[in-house]
Amino acid sequence: MDGCHQRIPLEGAFRNSSGCAISGIIDRSGKRFTAREAITSISVMHDRSNGLGGGFAGYGIYPEYKDYTALHIFYYSSEAKRACETFLEEHFDLINLSKIPTKKHPAITDVPLIWRYFVTALPTKLSFSQLDEDEYTARCVIRINREIEGAYVFSSGKDMGVFKAVGFPEDVGEFYMLDEYEGYSWTVHGRYPTNTPGWWGGSHPFSLLSYSVVHNGEISSYDANRRYIEMYGYACTLQTDTEVITYMIDYLHRRMGLTLEEVSHVLAAPFWSTIEQKEPKEREEYSYLRNTFASMLITGPFSIILGFKGGLMALNDRLKLRSLVAAEKAGRVYFASEEAAIRVIEPEPDRLWYPSGGKAVIVTLDSMQEGEEHGHQLSVSAL
Amino acid sequence: MKRIYVNEMWCLGCHLCEYYCAYANSGIQDMVKALKDKQIQARITVEQRGTISFAVNCRHCTEPLCIKSCIAGAITSKDGVIVIDQSRCVLCYSCIMACPYGALMPAREGVMQKCELCTTNSQGQPACIQGCPNKAIVFEER
Amino acid sequence: MGINYLYPPFEIIRNQDRCIACRVCERQCANLVHHYDEDKKRMTADESLCVNCHRCVSLCPTRALKIVKTDHTFKENANWKTEVIEDIYRQAQSGGVLLASMGTPKEYPVYWDKMLINASQVTNPSIDPLREPMETRTYLGKKSAKITRDGEGRIITSTTGQLKLDIPIMFSAMSYGSISYNAHKSLAMAASELGTFYNTGEGGLHKDFYQYGKNTIVQVASGRFGVHPEYLNAGAAIEIKMGQGAKPGIGGHLPGSKIGEDISATRMIPLHADAISPAPHHDIYSIEDLRQLVYALKEATRYTKPVIVKVAAVHNISAIASGIARSGADIIAIDGFRGGTGAAPARIRDNVGIPIELALASVDQRLRQEGIRGNVSLVVGGSIRSSSDVIKAIALGADAVYIATSALVALGCHLCRTCHSGKCNWGIATQNPELVKRLNPEVGSQHLVNLLTAWNHEIKEMMGGMGINSIEALKGNRLMLRGIALHETELKILGIAHAGQ
Ligand code: SF4
Ligand code: SF4
Ligand code: SF4
Ligand code: SF4
Repeated sequence: MDGCHQRIPLEGAFRNSSGCAISGIIDRSGKRFTAREAITSISVMHDRSNGLGGGFAGYGIYPEYKDYTALHIFYYSSEAKRACETFLEEHFDLINLSKIPTKKHPAITDVPLIWRYFVTALPTKLSFSQLDEDEYTARCVIRINREIEGAYVFSSGKDMGVFKAVGFPEDVGEFYMLDEYEGYSWTVHGRYPTNTPGWWGGSHPFSLLSYSVVHNGEISSYDANRRYIEMYGYACTLQTDTEVITYMIDYLHRRMGLTLEEVSHVLAAPFWSTIEQKEPKEREEYSYLRNTFASMLITGPFSIILGFKGGLMALNDRLKLRSLVAAEKAGRVYFASEEAAIRVIEPEPDRLWYPSGGKAVIVTLDSMQEGEEHGHQLSVSAL
Repeated sequence: MKRIYVNEMWCLGCHLCEYYCAYANSGIQDMVKALKDKQIQARITVEQRGTISFAVNCRHCTEPLCIKSCIAGAITSKDGVIVIDQSRCVLCYSCIMACPYGALMPAREGVMQKCELCTTNSQGQPACIQGCPNKAIVFEER
Repeated sequence: MGINYLYPPFEIIRNQDRCIACRVCERQCANLVHHYDEDKKRMTADESLCVNCHRCVSLCPTRALKIVKTDHTFKENANWKTEVIEDIYRQAQSGGVLLASMGTPKEYPVYWDKMLINASQVTNPSIDPLREPMETRTYLGKKSAKITRDGEGRIITSTTGQLKLDIPIMFSAMSYGSISYNAHKSLAMAASELGTFYNTGEGGLHKDFYQYGKNTIVQVASGRFGVHPEYLNAGAAIEIKMGQGAKPGIGGHLPGSKIGEDISATRMIPLHADAISPAPHHDIYSIEDLRQLVYALKEATRYTKPVIVKVAAVHNISAIASGIARSGADIIAIDGFRGGTGAAPARIRDNVGIPIELALASVDQRLRQEGIRGNVSLVVGGSIRSSSDVIKAIALGADAVYIATSALVALGCHLCRTCHSGKCNWGIATQNPELVKRLNPEVGSQHLVNLLTAWNHEIKEMMGGMGINSIEALKGNRLMLRGIALHETELKILGIAHAGQ
């Protein structure tokens, strides 16, 4: 990524640390709602962002295209668009394509071309590649992002989409007219980078396939994680924590078949002293996961909300060095960096709590069957 | 009671213990001044034959023969530490004859001297133990 | 006798005002340097015999002694330095190969000293190791590449043998023979107490030390000394020694004079016979052969023990390591060219091989590029001198380090580099019973435990500063390092940015 994006230095040219605000909402009944509440929630934490990046991920927003991969792409030139579309045509059936509708907003400037494609892998190419569809799609996305200058795929899941830009998150929400989308879950991110990359791709959520991550914190294990995950075909071009966390989740959950609960035992593995106090069987499992995926342990402060097909997972670092609050009210579950960001949209939750460090809170739609996700997904755990 | 024990396996025959002892009991602050150009008067003696060496000093016996033998009542047990009151020693050598370890010897002043575990000098801790480079002598409860 | 071209390199300065003529120096110098002059009633010395081991200096009760470098000099010459000229004299006289011990003393760059460690400020908190848990536990061994589950969906957690280290530091191979019984015992005792491992080296395992088996790595070297099934099963892991940093490409030679009864029994060779380790393993002429030996050893131990392959850091080390990583070995140990030795030809020690920092950086990178870093753990040695060297090694990509010279220094070694003479005044590199007993293992092991405990504290302190509370998050975390006074190529190989970048 260089050259044609507007500002220098670009995201990815250096490692950028940032503080942030995050928020997430899910309706377990599967009832769909607009991003309005997410926008309201994040705007309360305005001071946690500095206008240099914001974004949303919505799940269940494309029911009419739910079997197709929705690619959201930024283009910084028409050549890039042409090159990328040629690549897409070679690898996918393009079911539908359009500009993503936006509304002019004074605070959102330097707007690239923003396109959306609903695609499905070309059957011949797919079978020739001997990969499953997800892997095929993931590799294509990584390839576009690495190789086609001026094109950047920032969303590549099914029945979900990421919307992000440089600006305050509430402005980004207006810009993309997110009032017009309805989903069963939303996550949102406001960014406070400590220097100014000003590149849209660098905003969050970061997403691969149907995984999207919003993250607050700065992890000290970054390079250990990055150098390890890059062994498995991922390219951390953005040099952000969120990117590497997303890849690790994709690897562990999708490719290694761990449950999300197990993923959390890798990313925020308990201390050995804690593991040692567990029942023998559990102790073995925890030790095994921690040892086998030692290089994917994340240290340093972080709180993340992972969006995935049919649910959300919130996870804190094991020392809980970053704030994270959860609340529940009649089938809705809320997560946010600050309590106020929940109270503004749900003043009287049935329950409000501070998930303990390293303990994942996983919420899935009531309709999801056990084991429907990869591995052996639990419907709700650690609530 | 803590006593000094020898482990001949680790004794190097370096004689440092003797020098630290003599220094400790000299009452002089500076080792050089205390020992230079003098015949040293140590209360610990390194016995040596061939490659075996070990340091011997008073065992502070529970049934001290020296006390029984002293005709002047100069040797007494102070909480188990066998001490000698040099002002009462009449130099009869009875203790030398009685001690099975050869732990008493005449001091320069002409009266007997013996190891008092550095309880009566300014050391507080047996100086030989501190001076031994190889932990061949130890001061411990057994 | 002819002309002696060599002037003694050291002078023994005795402060006669302080010397109390206790004769401790005389008794303690195995090189017979000091003696008492009855007529003059004072101590004198023959400095030509002195190797500057500081035994006398350390034991002199009145600090009357010091050893200084002689200021006797040749006409100054930047090319024909004193040592160069003197080596020529020596060889002109002896006609032999120059022997040397310990690591090279030559002035090569020490890259550890050209790397700086990061710390957190503002954006990310540092962690106080006194308040929060700080973990240095490490597991060495192959990491499973896929998750398998039983009928109930539980993860099957069996692993091939893993070595559990409470601190990421092990004692590297030093054979019984090259070092003394007491030195070995000190290492074994310390390893048990510290929850780490010591390594038998190629000299077999003395029967007294089987009790330390669970903290022992048994080595199989080209001489195969003392190797038998019971030996292989006695330790926690088996190390195949292919090479040693101080003398890549050559074998070893323990002279018959050092092969006393105990050593001959332990090595399973005749009394007073020279113990010669051939340069190569004569059953390993290629990587396939290595694979066979790895599996032969695994068979012999019923796949319960990880196998380590130890190699010297040489020019194409990353390709070699990649081969080893595919040979079935669980751990690769790389020994850098500054590593120590009990005896090696000086020219080889000083000129063959590459620094461990560069070897480590390129091996780690190569294994990652090939996606096989998880197949093996990486242990590096060859002059790890402090806790910050350990941190830097791990940040470059090592799983753990091997120390040997540092351990010997903790035991009293003063790096006089005359191990090959067999007259080590500190009781370490000698088999002379009079000298061996100078190292009381109770004292020695305590020093080793103290040293590593201190290092571990410092490691935790530095990790905390970086905001890292588990050692695995430091492994390969090169962003935590910056180079100083390094040029582009060096930075590229080390995979780090320059300070200020
Ligand atoms: S100082 Fe220790 S090693 Fe030396 S002679 Fe005395 S007891 Fe033996
Ligand atoms: S304890 Fe003190 S007096 Fe007794 S032998 Fe040792 S140094 Fe001498
Ligand atoms: S060889 Fe060692 S003990 Fe002997 S004089 Fe030299 S420094 Fe002292
Ligand atoms: S050890 Fe020191 S005081 Fe004793 S004889 Fe030697 S130089 Fe003199």
